[in-house]
This record gives sequence, structure tokens and C-alpha cells, in this order.
Amino acid sequence: MALAKAKFATPELPDIVVAPKIRPDAMVDTRPFAAKPEHLKALGFPEQLPENWKQVALDKMADLLGKYRSLQVFLDSCVKCGACTDKCHYYLGTADPKNMPVARQDLLRSVYRRYFTLAGKLMPKLVGARELTQEVLEEWYTYYHQCSECRRCSVYCPYGIDTAEITMAGREILNCVGIGQKYTDEIIGKVFKIGNNLGLPGPALVNTMEGLEEDVEEETGVTVRYPVDEAGAEILLITPSADFFAEPHIDGLIGYGKVFHQMGASWTLSSHASEAGNFGLFAGNYENMQKAAMRIREAALELGVKRIIVGECGHAWRVAYSFWNTLIGPFDFLDPAYPVPQHICEYTYDLLQQGALKVDKSANDERVVTFHDSCNVARGSRMGNIPGGQFIIPREVIRGVCNHFVDMAPETIGEATYCCGGGGGLLTDDLLELRVKGAMPRMQALQKVIEDHGVTHMAAICAICKTQFAKVMPYYHIGTDSVISVHQLVGDALILGREQ
Amino acid sequence: MFLAGLYASLFYFAVLVLVIGVAARVIRYIKVPSPLVIPTTPAPLTRGGVALRMVREVALFESLFKSNRWIWLFGYLFHFGMLLALLRHLRYFTAPVPQWVVMLQWLGIYAGMAMVVGLLGLWARRVLVDRVRYISAPSDHLMLALLVGIGISGLTMKYVTHPDIVGLKAFILGLLRFDWQPLPGEPLLILHLSLVITLMLVFPYSKLLHAPGIFFSPTRNMPDNPRERRHLAPWAARLPLESTHRS
Repeated sequence: MALAKAKFATPELPDIVVAPKIRPDAMVDTRPFAAKPEHLKALGFPEQLPENWKQVALDKMADLLGKYRSLQVFLDSCVKCGACTDKCHYYLGTADPKNMPVARQDLLRSVYRRYFTLAGKLMPKLVGARELTQEVLEEWYTYYHQCSECRRCSVYCPYGIDTAEITMAGREILNCVGIGQKYTDEIIGKVFKIGNNLGLPGPALVNTMEGLEEDVEEETGVTVRYPVDEAGAEILLITPSADFFAEPHIDGLIGYGKVFHQMGASWTLSSHASEAGNFGLFAGNYENMQKAAMRIREAALELGVKRIIVGECGHAWRVAYSFWNTLIGPFDFLDPAYPVPQHICEYTYDLLQQGALKVDKSANDERVVTFHDSCNVARGSRMGNIPGGQFIIPREVIRGVCNHFVDMAPETIGEATYCCGGGGGLLTDDLLELRVKGAMPRMQALQKVIEDHGVTHMAAICAICKTQFAKVMPYYHIGTDSVISVHQLVGDALILGREQ
Repeated sequence: MFLAGLYASLFYFAVLVLVIGVAARVIRYIKVPSPLVIPTTPAPLTRGGVALRMVREVALFESLFKSNRWIWLFGYLFHFGMLLALLRHLRYFTAPVPQWVVMLQWLGIYAGMAMVVGLLGLWARRVLVDRVRYISAPSDHLMLALLVGIGISGLTMKYVTHPDIVGLKAFILGLLRFDWQPLPGEPLLILHLSLVITLMLVFPYSKLLHAPGIFFSPTRNMPDNPRERRHLAPWAARLPLESTHRS
């Protein structure tokens, strides 16, 4: 298995994306690197397959069935109608039938039926039930790491079955028998140990921010601060650690700082909670997700802030918006005048609405911008106070700072948005083939607006999306630098300095 | 009277299995908590909004309509055809027959046909569309066969064999009043009843659980209000919360 990665063909971008004919086992050999014993140990999982693995796995399944109504109802309710079969970007990009949401669910449902339902116990063959074997575990490992937990299928299922919930359960069971994915497990461990996904320690963070201040001053002539651990600041900014150094993320961070600067807001980053991302979500483990999030509550209390604002990160915003209050709330120590947490786009949008920011839109005139709705923001969260605000607010922010904005095809944005292809813990180079192929539907929609409207940039509000696009766009002959942070657009258009 | 006795017992048994089986499942769904707020967004912000979303989902198959117009069409014909046909059958269970059931009789017949057409459409997709063929287990075909069998045997009685309806009604009313009456021994009628009993028996142990399941689907029945309300599940509330500071 340690052979050099075989070359793969990048899909052609079709005129319209249609469901391919199934190609069984097309992706059966694509699986991510396995977690090492120390990665598993750090998260409290067994370091290798236990002798009684089958019992452990079935006990875990029973445990999850009793804890998550989603899992219990979803495993019972599917009628195999086929509505989801052409909705997954990985199926569209790979044609492997096990990447159809219903087939992905059935990898686990078949085992559920065999051990937890009367029909499956009595007539396994008839109802598609099967024994749990090591081959089944391998199959789970392969195909539950070809799902980005983007929830697109859940929009189209007549019962709202969300494959992400099944994938999370599958990954949790695998971890519990010592079969973990290196990328996700290692990152959760880094957050527990150091506080962010990168393993960037506090002093390095301070250094990086000081460097950033110098860069911004050099470029703009204005001293914009990027403070770390400033007790008594009003706002705690929780942002994905990729914002601290990756391109194009860092230009987004520069943009947040400029907005805060312009408002004279007192804000700070935290070296204890230096990560918005929470890979505990991807692994489907409540305790790990809670433990990773707990650092944020602690930082907010210790720094004595009044508000928490979250930077551009898709799954982080889902965890923050949808889960924080439950996991690490209540936030009764924060100022109730502001939503907790608040998205940086909500913050900037309000300021633009109030006319509180001076903007020169022509600064972005060489850009024709489109917007990629990140899956976790689109289908797992909200912004503002009306349903669908998560689609309106980022677009209004972009329109507020750019003269040229075009949307991609309606069936590829909003709640129907296609995943970037790298979400859900798959943003690792050992899954590059999957990532490139899974990006096909998004790349197709982007290519269309490039051709039809001369789009030069696709803005995004997710660290994973940005990294993924920067990596896979060249495979589709689209420039790496065409992906851009929404707050880079904001930062570039902002007129710094206050009127006296 | 042997036939009547057998089928009376089977009916009582099937009703018990159906009611107790589904109730047990529903109780299970109620008991298992949703520890996190996971509606598929955009979602309604209030319980009233959620109720409306659920009504649209159940009455219009809203998500399915977004997904695939063929499945929606066939699925809709089948489900609402079956509903109307079932309501038409109330005339065998009531005396005197309510006026609205009388008025429904002609429609119920067309509904029965729509039901069979819808089912055959769904079955055709299961055979012809490679993706749907791939995900179909034998039980998926059998379920369709069962429902088509019920529809066709019913329609055949209406148009071809004309069984002893008066005798059938006496038998059914007898079941309801625990005053057992003979059952007309016509083969097609016996087949129809047997298939219906089978359907009732498999209901709580099969994918037919989607009917109660939809109402408990967290992606559809949760309001989008997590910033305003905590949703702490009892098991989650018991988790120990430790400081993440390393000593």
C-alpha cells in the first residue's frame, strides 16, 4: 500500500452535471492514512483493534442508537426511493455507487438490520442485512471517509435523512475499535494539547500577529492591531488557525482587523482558544467536540470579554452557531445585546447597513466576484434573524464592497450548494484524488460563470473551502489565486483612518 | 365458519401487531433524545413554523419535489391514491355510512387506479434506473409487489368478480362488534384480505416505519433557535466538564 500514488484523471467539466452510470468499486482503493496508536490514545480510543472488537462495535452502535434520535430514526426510515442518489458531489465526481448517500448509509444500515431489527435477524438476505466482519469495518473506513458530511443529501430526502449523521456514527464506531483517521484524530489531539489545529503555540501566534501588524502598516501606512490575549478587550475573535498563515485566509484575517480598527473596537485573539475549527464534529464524538469547544468558554471568561465573534470557517460556524450554547453554554456572562456567537459577516453587514464603514468599492473593480456557499454554513447554521440569512448576509457584504458580483447557477448555491470536496475531515493529501473528483460539480458551476460573466474570483467564508479550492483549482485549469476571503474584499475596499 | 374464524383471528392479531409494534417504535423515537440542534437549514425559527414545514413535507412531499419530479409524481399518486382508497373502504366499517364517505366512493375508485399506476412507476424506476436498481434489496421489490397485489386484487373485484359485499360488510362489522359473522369465501377477496393482513404485520418491522419516522426526523422537526435556547440531552448533561488547562 506504500506505493507511489497512482495518477488519476481529472474529470472533464461537462456542460451540465448529470448523474453518471454507476461504476462499482471505482473508489474502493481510496482511503486515508490510518491514525497512529498515539493519536488514538490521546482521544481516549483503543490503540488497536481489540480482541472483542465485534462486541465493542455493536455495543457502541447500541449506545449511539440510544443517544441520537437522528441515527435511530434515519436507520429505520429509508425507503430506498432513490431521491438522494444523484445528489452527492463524490458520486457525481467518481461514479462509485457506494458514494450515493443511500448506499453509504446502507453500509451501516445493513449491520443495524442484522443485529437490531426483527426482520434482519430472521431474514437477513431478504432485507439486505449482513454480519459485521472486518471487511465491513474496512468498507466503512473507506466510504465513511469519502463523505464530507455536507448535508446536501438531507435537503432532498423526503424524510430529511442526513447521511452526515450516519457517517459520524460510522467514524465514531471505528475510532472505538481503534480504527481512526490520522488527519482528523491527529488534529483533535493538537487542539487538546496546544489549542489549535496547526499546533501553533502561543508565543508563535503572538509573533505571527506582530508580523502581520508590520505588513499591514507597511502596505497601508496605518497601524492596525492584531492583539493576542488582551484581558479586558470587548470582543474575543475565534477564527480558524489557517487564518494565521495560509493563503488566501490570512488576507481575510487582515480584513477582520481592519474592520475592528475602523470601528475602534477593542478585540483580541486568544492563545488558549486559537482555533474556531472543531474536528470533533467530523469524528462524530460529542465529548471531544465539547472538550475542544470548552477552551473558548474558558478564554472568554478569563479575558473578560463581552462578545464572541467567529471568523470565516464553515464547520466552525455550524459548531459555534448550532452547538456552542448547548455544549459550553450558557453564555450569561456575555453582553446579551449581541448574538452569541456572532459571525464576522453579521458584524460587518450590520456596520455596512448603518453606514459606519467608509468604503471605496472601486478598489475591487478589477475583480468580478462570485460566492461559494459553504456547506456547513448553508445547511447547518444561520446568520441574521431570518431563515436563509446565511445566504443573504455574505452576499450583501460582498455587494457592499464590490461593484461586480454574479451568482453561480441557482441549483449549485444556497441550500443546494455543492461542497468544495474537502470538508468533513478529508482535507488531506492522501485523499487528493477524491478531493479533485469531488470538486467537479462546484468547478463546473464556477467555470460556467467564468465563461459567461468573466468571473475572476470566487469568495468563500470557510478555511477548508479556501485551502481545498487553492489546491484543486489548477487541476481544472483555474488559477489558485481565484479563491478569495470575503473579508479580503472588505479589507481592500475599506478606507482606513477616521475623520477628525 | 372456519374461514371466518381464521380471518377474524388473523385480523385481531394483525391489528395488535400493528398498533403495539408502531407504538413501541414511536415510544423509542420519543425516548431517544436529540442532543444537538440539527435542522437542515434554512429552517423555521419557531415551533409553529416547524409544524408548517412538517405539513408541507407530509402533504406535498416538498423535499422530494425539490429532488426528483418522477419519484415525486409516482410517490404522490401512490400515497394519496392509497389514502383516498382507504377512506373509501370506510363504508365497510360504518353503519350507517357517513355522507362524506358515500360522496367519496367514485373518487376512491380512481384513487385506487392512481395508486397502482404510482406503484408501477416506482417499480419501473427500481428496475430501469441503474442507481436505484443498485440500492434495491429483495424486500424492496416484495413490498411493491405486496402493495400492487392489494391494489390490483381490489380493483379486479370492483370491475370483474363482484364479490358479496354485503356479506363482507357483515363480517367486518362483526369483527368490530365482537359478534362474528361468516366471511364470503371468494378467492380474490381472501387474497386481498391476506395481503392487507401481511402489510399490517410487516409495517412495524420494515421501512414502512418512514410513516411515523418523518415526524421524528430531527432535520425536519427541530426549530432553528440554538443561539436562544440550549438543547441539553439528559445523557449529555451528565458528562463531566473538566478544565482544558494543563496542569
